[in-house]
Amino acid sequence: MAQHSAYYVPPQSHWPIIGAVGLFLTLGGAAALIYSLQQESDSLLAQIMLNSGALILAGMMIGWFAAVIAESRQGLYSAQMDRSFRYGMSWFIFSEVMFFFAFFGVLFYIRVFAVPWLDGEGDKGLASMLWPQFQASWPLMQAPNPDQFPPIREVINPWHIPLINTVLLVGSSFTLLAAHKALKREDRPKLKGWLGLTIVLGLTFLGLQIYEYIHAYTELDLTLKSGIYGATFFMLTGFHGAHVTIGSIILLVLLFRVFQGHFTPDKHFGFEAGAWYWHFVDVVWIFLFTTVYLL
Amino acid sequence: MSAHAETMHHGPAKGFSRWILTTNHKDIGTLYLVFSLIMLFIGGTMAFVIRAELFQPGLQLVMPEFFNQMTTMHGLIMIFGAVMPAFVGLANWQVPLMIGAPDMALPRLNNFSFWILPFAFAMLLSTLFMPGGAPDFGWTFYAPLSTTYAPPSVTFFVFAVHMMGISSILGAINVIVTIFNMRAPGMKMMDLPLFVWSWLITAFLLIAVMPVLAAVVTMVLMDVHFGTSFFSAAGGGDPVLFQHVFWFFAHPEVYIMVLPAFGVISEIIPTFARKPLFGYRAMVLATVAIAFLSFIVWAHHMFTVGMPLAGELFFMYTTMLIAVPTGVKVFNWISTMFKGSMTFETPMLFAIAFIVLFTIGGLSGLMLAIAPADFQYHDTYFVVAHFHYVLVPGSVFGIIAAVYYWLPKWSGKMYDEKLGQWHFWLSFIGVNLTFFPMHFVGLAGMPRRIPDYALQFADFNMLTSLGAFLFGTTQLLFVYILIKTVRSGKKAEQLPWEGARGLEWSVPTPAPYHTFTTPPDLERK
Ligand code: HEM
Ligand SMILES: [Cu+2]
Repeated sequence: MAQHSAYYVPPQSHWPIIGAVGLFLTLGGAAALIYSLQQESDSLLAQIMLNSGALILAGMMIGWFAAVIAESRQGLYSAQMDRSFRYGMSWFIFSEVMFFFAFFGVLFYIRVFAVPWLDGEGDKGLASMLWPQFQASWPLMQAPNPDQFPPIREVINPWHIPLINTVLLVGSSFTLLAAHKALKREDRPKLKGWLGLTIVLGLTFLGLQIYEYIHAYTELDLTLKSGIYGATFFMLTGFHGAHVTIGSIILLVLLFRVFQGHFTPDKHFGFEAGAWYWHFVDVVWIFLFTTVYLL
Repeated sequence: MSAHAETMHHGPAKGFSRWILTTNHKDIGTLYLVFSLIMLFIGGTMAFVIRAELFQPGLQLVMPEFFNQMTTMHGLIMIFGAVMPAFVGLANWQVPLMIGAPDMALPRLNNFSFWILPFAFAMLLSTLFMPGGAPDFGWTFYAPLSTTYAPPSVTFFVFAVHMMGISSILGAINVIVTIFNMRAPGMKMMDLPLFVWSWLITAFLLIAVMPVLAAVVTMVLMDVHFGTSFFSAAGGGDPVLFQHVFWFFAHPEVYIMVLPAFGVISEIIPTFARKPLFGYRAMVLATVAIAFLSFIVWAHHMFTVGMPLAGELFFMYTTMLIAVPTGVKVFNWISTMFKGSMTFETPMLFAIAFIVLFTIGGLSGLMLAIAPADFQYHDTYFVVAHFHYVLVPGSVFGIIAAVYYWLPKWSGKMYDEKLGQWHFWLSFIGVNLTFFPMHFVGLAGMPRRIPDYALQFADFNMLTSLGAFLFGTTQLLFVYILIKTVRSGKKAEQLPWEGARGLEWSVPTPAPYHTFTTPPDLERK
């Protein structure tokens, strides 16, 4: 607990309220859009809300972060302030961990309890009376009621695209590490190179993931609607993909800032926060690859 | 650095922009507290509708559909709108003052956390006016009530809950970071006031379980609109899975709503008993133990869904274990009072009532924890009695006690002690009149969440409704007291409570807009 004397308390700021309005418009617009699609009513207003909300949110992020970066570059931030950001980011990542934890928990419960019970296993397996012809298996190709949840033809082969994706994402964690090392050595060309390569790996991952989804939907009959296998598969990989997307955007911003000459060998919290996030996304993928694709 | 020093010392901005753009922890604390009070009255109005309908058997005032919307919205608003924001407001005011910090660690994020809330509740309340009505599936939104049989407004419910979750998570991150990083030099973790300790653990619980709530509402949304089958057995999912995920969030959530109140009580009792808290270390450890146990007891809400026997036993025993650390706390509060020179100002009255009445709630909880007995009690008014004893004379009394206790420091004015005593006694009688008879009708088999009931429950229900009207109107007195204090209260002294210790009392009264811009020197004290 060293320099306490100069903790920077920012003056009034309009970014938070802009953020709150933006969030309200985005989520309210999304809700209204889904609602009007369901009700088959006019959705123009909802679309306007959603789009303007998203724009406002994006503007808020840019403005808010720009303000923070400017303050930091003016030297307003003490070591203590730096710790606040670090702790804040770590706890934020922890909250993300818990979000994925919930979905992995769901997968576990479904596979270990729910599906076997539907097939009559255990003393609570009475549900088998509802669909006597149902047979438990994993991957669950055919749901208890195949009329409502059409069967899956085939599941994704883990040793093709998912394996490649694993290599790409794990590799990207190492290239990012190399970028960080280069930053610490003040080797800017290498920093740009490694960071750029990391982004390329991330985007390739996303591209392959999209390709895999199209493949699943068009050729394998594996969709969100094909029973619990499809539901868990797409929710887990989908939320992970969303996080890779966010992570890639963060890395792109970092690359932009590197080109602007930001970050010094001993002060580069923004870079580290982005790197933590990327490594977190990578670790989630390793769990995904094993529990969703392999096992 | 001089420009920066100036921004630190100017006072509040003029006009309305002060409240919208502020980065000041005291302003934001006030915003949270006022918001929570408004929500308390909105949620209270809904409770009023419920109790008016239940005043007599038969259907008199509202349709059953609307009744269900009232119970659902009442629960959601009280939990997410009244109790949780009130505690965040208290944390905003008190944590920096109690640890000698200039502000919260991330002041702009703090403002964001608050301002999300009014929008979230505007969205939630707007569902009352939608075709098909507001959510009617209970605050627990069990599938398939919230999926297959849900009103269309469920979509807005989901997104409103997402906003509340974002607000809570960001607020909790701020509290944790403040406590870890902003303590005055020389203040060690085991020097932290218990209110701060309780909030540290509460914040951890919030960050751990609010994302799980986000996950479960997302799965509801997917099941409703995008054809997934998480909670539908026809697709290989399981409605019971909903309950597991929900209660994995919601049991820690009940501790989120009571641990900060524990902290408040642990501050107030020593002050008015004029003795240091008995067993500080044990109090901290008990809080940690409660938080840990709260993660492994969730299925005590699900004894009747048909879990395997091993599950019933596991959750029964772990739940009972929670009574041990809880008992330690009650024991220590009482030991603190033992042989103290006690006086009974309003905060102390609410604190003592908290101990007595919360213990009643804890004991009915123990009864519910006995799995075979719970088969009888489950989904009856006995459960309603249990959780209202822990939440109203528990959490809400804790909040009221805190407001009376710290208001002199916040506003620089003293509340009217005589009116405060009236407020307490009317609330105390009202609460017990409302919730104690619920034990009896519950044990006799009256189910919860119904607009009508069998004739033999009529007398107790009428008592309950009368108690509820008394309790509700009494809170108008609370508002009157607050306004009167701020407008024309007597000037409060630097140390309004003789026995009070702690950094928050070392600043002038009222607390200046910026405090501890240079940290206090704890070594010299
Ligand atoms: C000794 C401590 C406690 C024990 C042993 C306990 C036990 C239980 C049990 C077994 C139930 C389920 C009853 C049923 O549905 O059949 C229950 C319900 C409930 N408890 Fe507790 N509890 C304790 C403390 C608390 C605290 C501190 C709070 C909140 C501040 C709380 C809030 C609730 C709520 C809100 C419900 C009902 C939820 C619903 O179904 O809507 N409990 N409790
Ligand atoms: Cu519980």
